[in-house]
Amino acid sequence: MIDKTFESLERAVADIHDGATVMIGGFGNAGMPSALIDALIAQGAKELTIVNNNAGNGETGLAALLKAKRVRKIICSFPRQTDSHHFDALYRAGEIELELTPQGNLAERIRAAGAGIGGFFTPTGYGTLLAEGKETRLINGRHYVLESPIHADFALIKALRGDRWGNLVYRKTARNFGPIMAMAARVTIAQVQDVVALGELDPEVIVTPGIFVQRVVKESA
Amino acid sequence: MTNQTARYTRDQMAARVAQDIQEGAYVNLGIGLPTKVANYLPTDREVFLHSENGLLGMGPAPAPGEEDDDLINAGKQPVTLLTGGAYFHHADSFAMMRGGHLDVCVLGAFQVSAKGDLANWHTGAPDAIPAVGGAMDLALGAKQVFVMMEHQTKTGESKIVAACSYPLTGVACVNRIYTDMAVLDVTAGGLQVREMAPGLTFEELQAATGAPLLKGQ
Repeated sequence: MIDKTFESLERAVADIHDGATVMIGGFGNAGMPSALIDALIAQGAKELTIVNNNAGNGETGLAALLKAKRVRKIICSFPRQTDSHHFDALYRAGEIELELTPQGNLAERIRAAGAGIGGFFTPTGYGTLLAEGKETRLINGRHYVLESPIHADFALIKALRGDRWGNLVYRKTARNFGPIMAMAARVTIAQVQDVVALGELDPEVIVTPGIFVQRVVKESA
Repeated sequence: MTNQTARYTRDQMAARVAQDIQEGAYVNLGIGLPTKVANYLPTDREVFLHSENGLLGMGPAPAPGEEDDDLINAGKQPVTLLTGGAYFHHADSFAMMRGGHLDVCVLGAFQVSAKGDLANWHTGAPDAIPAVGGAMDLALGAKQVFVMMEHQTKTGESKIVAACSYPLTGVACVNRIYTDMAVLDVTAGGLQVREMAPGLTFEELQAATGAPLLKGQ
């Protein structure tokens, strides 16, 4: 019997190694898998490369991971916010590397990794600082920039419900990066509000099919 | 001396932009001033508001106490979903822009050039922490890109320029500019004046603008 559910958050993140690339779902705090991040902080992995849209808000979730100085590099689109003080301090002290990428490129680079695409041409960013040094091409009269996929060792995402096969549904705009990060990581760990029995999720509305998910853990586990 | 009273208010600017958004349009309103446009869309007109974090059919802010942390807009403020609205993931959401499916996006700006180059993400200051978000996708991601901004900076410099001095967000991407002084179209021949704030003369507008203007027809 296939059972991807884990008894504890601690066990679900136990093998995340130093230096791993870890995608973390969420847009601001909506969809942020804070229970998994707290478990990762307790687990102690360091020198991480984090992929997230932002660079932490306030004191919890990704901000707490940054505060604990576990992150070597962050790939994101929008680090600077009114409540990103932990990132700001690390950045100004030269203690964290930033790879800034336009938000649509971030999403598409993640999706591309999940779909086995080796790179893609996009008009976004052409002629700007964020395309400097990148290959460009004129296609049907429009300028495009070559962008590369972002793969990850692990993805930590938050969903509303999951079953033992790893099928997931999300809640409102907390869905954001979850489905594409699940596709792009070697091991996807989903924090869910409820684990439900097989068949309880309507197959017509499953958003992430279980093939993209390796572990499911209840957020209160 | 430019007549300082001949200005559209921010609410008048928002109402003016709203006037140009047609029934059935898929529209993204950028963070800041453009958000105000939603308040002026006629209630008898169905317009689909897109928020790039993953919803179409965005409604107004919820009543106090009704906020839901899982239902926010691109500015991370609580919003509501209209009946018939939908949620989707980030790659689909950006495909709506990048694939040219949106009809209109309305953006704020630091500068717009006479050729329609847009600068709105970075001042270029050496100590600034850069953050781009969806700005570069939005700049290219709609059939029509509208900019809504004050005509001049607080120190009186024109935000409409011959060439942007701030780092670019997109090249030749802006179609129309709405300011507190005028509505301008970016055309192959240059910046065409469509409307001016009541009381303003063409000469006064030109004197306040850092690029040549073509007189309205």
